[in-house]
Amino acid sequence: MTTQAEIIPYTAEIRSDTGLFNAKLGIWLFLASEVMLFGALFSTYILLRVSAVEWPQGSSILNVPIGTFNTLVLITSSVTMVMSWASLKMKNFSKYKLYMGLTILLALTFLVVKAFEYGAKFEHHYFPKTSTFFAIYFTLTGLHGLHVFGGVVLNSYFWGPGSKMWQTHPERFVNRIEVAGLYWHFVDLVWIFLFPVIYLL
Amino acid sequence: MSDAHAHDIKKEVKVYLMVFVGLAALTVITVAISYLHLKLFWAVAVALCVALIKGSLVACYFMHLISEKKLIYAVLILVVLFFIGLLFGPVLGHHDPLVGTVHVS
Amino acid sequence: MLPEFYNQLGAMHGTIMVFMGIVPLIVGAFGNFVVPLQIGAPDMTFPKINMASYWFYVAGGIVMLVSFFVPGGAASSGWTSYSPLANIATMGQTMWLFGMVCLITSSLLGAVNFITTIIQLRAKGLTFMRLPFFVWAQLVTAFLLLLAFPPLEAAGVLQLMDRLAGTSFFLPSGLVVSGQVLKVSGGGSPLLWQHLFWFLAHPEVYVLILPAMGIVAEIIANNTRKPLWGYRSMVYSIIFLGFLSFIVWAHHMYLTGMGTAISAFFQATTMIISIPSVIILSALFISLWGASIRFSVPMLFALAFLPMFGIGGLTGLPLGLSQSDIHLHDTYYVIGHFHYIVAPGTIFAVFAGVYHWFPKITGRKMNDLLGHIHFWPSLVCMNLIFTPMMIQGMAGVSRRLYDGGAGYAHAQGVLHWNVVMSMAAWTLALAQIPFIINIIWSLWKGVKANDNPWEATTLEWATPTPPPHGNFVTTPEVYRGPYDYSVLGATKDFTPQNQAEVT
Repeated sequence: MTTQAEIIPYTAEIRSDTGLFNAKLGIWLFLASEVMLFGALFSTYILLRVSAVEWPQGSSILNVPIGTFNTLVLITSSVTMVMSWASLKMKNFSKYKLYMGLTILLALTFLVVKAFEYGAKFEHHYFPKTSTFFAIYFTLTGLHGLHVFGGVVLNSYFWGPGSKMWQTHPERFVNRIEVAGLYWHFVDLVWIFLFPVIYLL
Repeated sequence: MSDAHAHDIKKEVKVYLMVFVGLAALTVITVAISYLHLKLFWAVAVALCVALIKGSLVACYFMHLISEKKLIYAVLILVVLFFIGLLFGPVLGHHDPLVGTVHVS
Repeated sequence: MLPEFYNQLGAMHGTIMVFMGIVPLIVGAFGNFVVPLQIGAPDMTFPKINMASYWFYVAGGIVMLVSFFVPGGAASSGWTSYSPLANIATMGQTMWLFGMVCLITSSLLGAVNFITTIIQLRAKGLTFMRLPFFVWAQLVTAFLLLLAFPPLEAAGVLQLMDRLAGTSFFLPSGLVVSGQVLKVSGGGSPLLWQHLFWFLAHPEVYVLILPAMGIVAEIIANNTRKPLWGYRSMVYSIIFLGFLSFIVWAHHMYLTGMGTAISAFFQATTMIISIPSVIILSALFISLWGASIRFSVPMLFALAFLPMFGIGGLTGLPLGLSQSDIHLHDTYYVIGHFHYIVAPGTIFAVFAGVYHWFPKITGRKMNDLLGHIHFWPSLVCMNLIFTPMMIQGMAGVSRRLYDGGAGYAHAQGVLHWNVVMSMAAWTLALAQIPFIINIIWSLWKGVKANDNPWEATTLEWATPTPPPHGNFVTTPEVYRGPYDYSVLGATKDFTPQNQAEVT
């Protein structure tokens, strides 16, 4: 029985005039839409801050060392993610599992640290409704956190049940990991801008 | 990219590790500069420059953008233009109110 | 009817027609069916994402419809949901926001699919400049959906935060509601909502018209038996139009206390965007010159589209210039303008598309007599409904008034038009009955059609009817442009795209 994927060309191999396989174009398009999504939130931040009577400096409210730690955690997870893909290209499945597992653990670390940060704020009765600074802080980091969580789910699937595809369709599987990696690097990219804007400025 | 040999991948791995070191260093730098408490305009300019460099490293090397196809560049350039429009549209409108009025919030 | 219910109907009519009606029809239905066929592809690139897009649409639709039955009823702050009114509205507004998040997600998933499919799955020999204009229209539309929808998704999240978490993204300080100062942090900006909303909603209106232009272009080429005039200009125009549509949005905000510099910028871009629009419409008109016109039912609707869209477009000009917009903003003139474009514009293109592609889906043609009985009263009634709106608008009658203007002195002289419009509306509804009967009757008893009953050149007519799994029996290869009608030296007046030699 021919599966749909077997009828549709360029799922594994590259189309010559574009130089791409389908999912790579697809994920870049999706990331383009994500740039616009976070762009709207950054635009919100800019307008709210510019039109505010007073706006606190991020470092006076947020914990910069913890934020720095989380930044390094996410950057490291980006490295482990690209290493997991490189391992597959070198046909080393166990190294892939190792690096992907590390990526997931680092991502979970990020989320746990974030949860502690939020908890500390709630304990001091700082909520989204307290001020526009907190509103945009919680919303921006919250939406980013949801994207981190989505990445955890996706990567866990590819670490676990999804990794069976390595046995049956290895080229397609490598492509999937590359595409998952692109998503994950984007999540890191957003945080690279989010962290200085919210925590430091 | 997807048919590179293992030898090339090893070279790429070296690049990934160098980029990692660069990113970590830039993170430390951007946090250190924040302790200088520069005036807002300069603080923003420096922070965004550092973030742009870090972001470019991630995009170019982890996301392989530096060797990516024209089509992807075309999509991204389009997005960058619209992103800038979205980012600055509302705030530019805020700074150009009707003569004799002011936007409050 | 209670005024509150009228407001709900007003808000939901706009929301449902735009996000649950037109876009799913022209992109989800026509796009999904015709685009893979016209490019010679076996399927869309991501079938599962396609399915996900559909089910998000169903979920969003259910949330929207159920919202009528919650306490306080459905959203009633216009389809535009301006803050601060939308912030303090009843539960229906929260449901509207959740529904919108689902519908936006549906469109985003679909957009990724369409762009990837059109770029990656074109048949051998099908270069971009050999694409049917309908496919170009869907490509540009998909980019609009992809890049313009996310800001509204973000804005929806922000309004949800305002309503559910008590934030003040869109609430200014010191806002007084029902005599009491609102207990919120303040510091927000109602204008921010408008900027984020219109950043989507302006490209959205081009989403509503571009595929319709694509459908009309296909049908005109086919029924004039000659290539489209100015195909290349039309392609460049539609690309330019798509790009410009992202930088005109604040022409919906001229009356927000906007300064002259920003106003001048948006007026300029708005005037410029009319150029590609006019080029496309003119090219379609000129395509009729010297043609051997076949007045089939699809062609009737396609021909009617041209002047109707022309009127709609022209009436937009006084709205795009802020001097005249001061008088016309938020009046019935606006409603007349955009309904001319979407009703006898897009919806006529949808009808044309249904009559045109029905034989490819079912293997039978629709009945011509019923088609005429559907067409002529519809055309007349559309004009009887929407022209009086311009008259009322110029007299200053505001939109979104539950009494139709009866309570205002300046409206008294034009109130009688309400009767005319209402009678025309009921008649228009009646005129759709032959269409519904036609569809049902033709499914069983329609004249059987072969694979290419309209003798068309594009690839969708080179498949069996209905197209099987994988769409094509043999992978097509393309040798010529999309509209090789009346080629010199050919015996037939059409040469299909996948035919190598002229016979």
